[in-house]
Amino acid sequence: MADDLLRFRNDEAHDEPAVTLDSFLADQTNATAVRLESGDDARALIPFIDRLSLIEVSFPVYRDGRGYSSARVLREAGYVGELRAAGDVLVDQVPFMRRCGFDSFAPEAPIDPAVLKASLDRYEYHYQPAADAAVPVWKLRHG
Amino acid sequence: MYKYDQYDQAIVDARVDEFRDQVRRRLAGQITEDQFKPLRLMNGLYLQLHAYMLRVAVPYGTLDGRQMRMLGHIARKYDRGYGHFTTRQNIQYNWIKLEDAPDILADLATVEMHAIQTSGNCIRNISSDQFAGAAADEIADPRPWAELLRQWSTFHPEFSYLPRKFKIAVIAAPEDRAAMRLHDIGIELVERDGVLGARIFVGGGMGRTPMIAPEIKDFVSADDLMSYLEACLRVYNRYGRRDNIYKARIKILIHELGADEYRRQVEEEFALVKALGIDPPAAELERITAFFAPPAFEAGASDAIDRSDPDFAVWLDQNVKPHKQPGYAIVNISLKPIGGIPGDASADQIDVMADLAERYSFDELRVTHAQNIVLPHVRKVDLYTLWQRLSDAKLADANLDLISDIIACPGLDYCSLANARSIPVAQKIATRFADLGRQRELGELKLKISGCINACGHHHAGHIGILGVDKKGTENYQLLLGGSGAEDASLGKITGPGFNEDGIVDAVERVTDKYLQVREEGERFLDTYRRVGFDPFKEAIYG
Repeated sequence: MADDLLRFRNDEAHDEPAVTLDSFLADQTNATAVRLESGDDARALIPFIDRLSLIEVSFPVYRDGRGYSSARVLREAGYVGELRAAGDVLVDQVPFMRRCGFDSFAPEAPIDPAVLKASLDRYEYHYQPAADAAVPVWKLRHG
Repeated sequence: MYKYDQYDQAIVDARVDEFRDQVRRRLAGQITEDQFKPLRLMNGLYLQLHAYMLRVAVPYGTLDGRQMRMLGHIARKYDRGYGHFTTRQNIQYNWIKLEDAPDILADLATVEMHAIQTSGNCIRNISSDQFAGAAADEIADPRPWAELLRQWSTFHPEFSYLPRKFKIAVIAAPEDRAAMRLHDIGIELVERDGVLGARIFVGGGMGRTPMIAPEIKDFVSADDLMSYLEACLRVYNRYGRRDNIYKARIKILIHELGADEYRRQVEEEFALVKALGIDPPAAELERITAFFAPPAFEAGASDAIDRSDPDFAVWLDQNVKPHKQPGYAIVNISLKPIGGIPGDASADQIDVMADLAERYSFDELRVTHAQNIVLPHVRKVDLYTLWQRLSDAKLADANLDLISDIIACPGLDYCSLANARSIPVAQKIATRFADLGRQRELGELKLKISGCINACGHHHAGHIGILGVDKKGTENYQLLLGGSGAEDASLGKITGPGFNEDGIVDAVERVTDKYLQVREEGERFLDTYRRVGFDPFKEAIYG
């Protein structure tokens, strides 16, 4: 699993195991890594984001897109720690996930690095602002 | 019309490259069909009963002659010489080879077209009023807003894996020609204190649980539109049902939460999203609006029309609509010849329509949700010549909004979801009522046929609707009465036990006979139905 971890961060990978949201809120609020299931409310973590180092968001099947909103909610609230997409993460989804603020990936099936690189490099422009640094096309047009 | 700049073109070109790579990986066996499915679906490529079907986007139904001609070229080169215009103002091709799909997209990109998000659980092509920019009753042209939405929704990173597909329509006239309230989000542009804004309806749709969208917000200014829509979509993406594909549309969420609670959640989300600065500046809507400036109409063009040719006069009365500019008219080209396939056009006919648009309609065409084509800006003095040219191409059927102007889904002849055939039923009904005098005597009568409960043929919204079902291995057709997709939106009611293919045609005729018996002066079928109610018709059908 760890071998397949794709990271887009310069810091060291966090090695504390992630606890579930329920456990975290109930009695493990000292934990620094939390795992969100796709149906969990990411906003429940907002009071704690300053001291979390890793939030792992589960993608049980690629079709379940709730995690994209979880990621944006967390980034919009100011979370700067590692945000990991884990589970049924496919190479063609990684660019969208990157835009939503994910910066590490633990895919169930290995991702071909060459295909991934091509996917990430392919789109020079984006129409809408998101959680990444991309400048929306309307801003390029109007400054 | 909108024209791409370097950014729009770069994005569409990148998409061609991306899809080419995805197809290459699929053909090389590097990804499974199951993994490929969401990728091809996001690009309008379906695996149907006999072949791949490719759906090409026609944003808000507007295209020019060059683009139309490209659609003909694709029909000729990659398909079997025809295309099928759809109820979402798109075109689809039914006989596509997977290995050709990237080349088709590359051809489309040369004329600023694509197949982005024409399927999949994402925000689909934005639809609009086919008379936009020409209608006498519009308060503004809705298309700049639709283009703004097209750009916002294209490759939206958060909303590309929604619980289910998501359809948005924008109109700007009191007469609803786009079935706006039967969309996931319907937007009606309205004016308040001299400012244009959006009245937002959310949670409409057809399918197996038809709903008319409730109003969620009475006015959203252009400055807040993207933030407001992101809030609408985010609440849906987070809380829409994912446990059951048949309950996953936003209409179910709103039905279960109630419109008030959904509105409250959207407002709460909007307060957060608005602070992010995601709304484009007013200059962007102004930039887009400039592309939709009225064409250079000839001042003082004559309103006189020579009606001495009786066949022309019939077509004029039925298919030509008033234009806001004196001396001009809106021409509807029916793709519903008696016995034909509703919405189909041959490559040659597509070319003819492209030529005529260039010659007579300031190089503009529209696709309608009723699967017809519009030439929006025609000088009245040109109408007779235009009609002759259309007649030569077998495109002058004078049946707009009459009983043979049928909306029908592809049905079991093509579609892998269908339970019954739609096309043969449409053909039989049109043939039964082939006499144009009889059709005109019946007046406006919108008949819509779906070959399964998914309702792609809009049967819930038909004045007369027909739903094909599978009954113990044989095709069976249910009859519905009283639906409307217009500003008086309503859902049809099932009359009772279904019929076989010939029986449904007889049942329709019993309904129209009853209407002729009981109607009062000036009433359309729908008006009579609403006045006298369901029972007299039920009795006429079942005796």
